Amino acid sequence: MIRSEIIRDIAPILRDQLVVCNIGLPSQELHMIDDQASTFYMLGTMGLSSSIGLGVALAQQKTVISIDGDGSVLTNLGTLPTIANNVADNFILLIIDNGSYGSTGDQPTYAGKKTSLAAVARACGCENVIECHAEETGVVLQAAIDSKVMTVIVAKCESGNIKVPVITKDPVVIRDRFMNEVVRTDE
Amino acid sequence: MSVSKKIVNDFVANGIEFVTTVPCKQLGGVIAAVEKETSIYHIPSNKEDEGMGLCAGAFMGGKRPAIIMQNTAIGVTVNTLVTLTQFYRMPLPMLISYRGELKEPVACQVEMAVHTKALLNQLNIPTYHFHQPGDEQELDAILKYTFMCNKPVAILTDATFWGGY
Repeated sequence: MIRSEIIRDIAPILRDQLVVCNIGLPSQELHMIDDQASTFYMLGTMGLSSSIGLGVALAQQKTVISIDGDGSVLTNLGTLPTIANNVADNFILLIIDNGSYGSTGDQPTYAGKKTSLAAVARACGCENVIECHAEETGVVLQAAIDSKVMTVIVAKCESGNIKVPVITKDPVVIRDRFMNEVVRTDE
Repeated sequence: MSVSKKIVNDFVANGIEFVTTVPCKQLGGVIAAVEKETSIYHIPSNKEDEGMGLCAGAFMGGKRPAIIMQNTAIGVTVNTLVTLTQFYRMPLPMLISYRGELKEPVACQVEMAVHTKALLNQLNIPTYHFHQPGDEQELDAILKYTFMCNKPVAILTDATFWGGY
C-alpha cells in the first residue's frame, strides 16, 4: 500500500474529526479524495502538522488528528518531546511512514533506514505509540479515537505517489471553515 | 509591580491563554511569570518555528496565543511566519529579547541584532521597540492591535529596557 491508499482507506474515519494534514501530496490527496471543512490543509511550512494539531487539541475538547509524514517529523523532531510532555488525550498523531520524502520525488529518509520513529517517540516520553502495517491503519486509528487517550501511530507503507491536483483554495478560507468546524455543535 | 508581571497582566487582560516560550536570559523573569499565571497554558517549545505551529493551532482552537523568544529566532522562523502565520492571516504577538543591542556582552549576538529590524521590515511585520523603562505602557495597545489586524507583531525588548544585562 502507498500513502494515498491509506488516506483513501481512512477518509471515512477522518470525515467526522478535526484533521490537520501535512503539506504537499498528503493534503492534496485528502483534498481530492474527500474534502472536508474540518480539515486544515497545510499549504506550506513543512514539519509543523503535529505542532499545529497539538495546539488545536490543547485549546479545545474535540478530537484532533494530525496526519504527518516521516520526513516531516524528522524536520521537526523536537515536536515529540513537546507532545509527550503536554498530554492532550484528544490528540492523535498519525505518521504515515513511507521511508521517503514523497512530495519531492521519493528521496529516502532516515526513517526508511536505521531510524525508528516509533522508538524515537517512545524515547521522547510518548506513552501510547503504535507501529502498524499500512493495511491496519484504519482499525488502529479508530481504536485510538475510541480510546480517548493521546496516541502516536506510525503506519508503515510503501513509497509512491499518484497524480493529484494542487489545492487552489485560499488559505484564509481553509482556516475560516476549519475554525467554524471547531466551534460547530452537532444538532 | 515588576515589569515581567505587568507584561503578563497585559497578556491576561487581552485574553491570551496560551503562551509558548524558548528561553532567553533576558526574558527569564517574564517566562517565570507566565509559568506562574494560572490562566495561561505555558508550553515551552524546542524551537521557535515549532512554537509558532503550536500558536497557530491554539488560535484555531479558540485560544489567543503569544510567543516569547530571542531575536535569533527571526533567523529561524522566516518561512513559518510567511507561509503559516501571515499566509493564513493569524494573530501572533511575539515578545522578543533584542539581544546584541547596547550593553550586550556577547559579540556574536550583535551579528543577529544588525539584521533583526531589517528582516522584520522586509517581512512587513509591525515592530515595536521597548528601549526605555516605562515603554511597556504601550503593550496593552500593541496586543489589541495584533488581535484586531490578525498579523504577527514584534515587540523587541532590549537590555536598556530591562535595566542592564
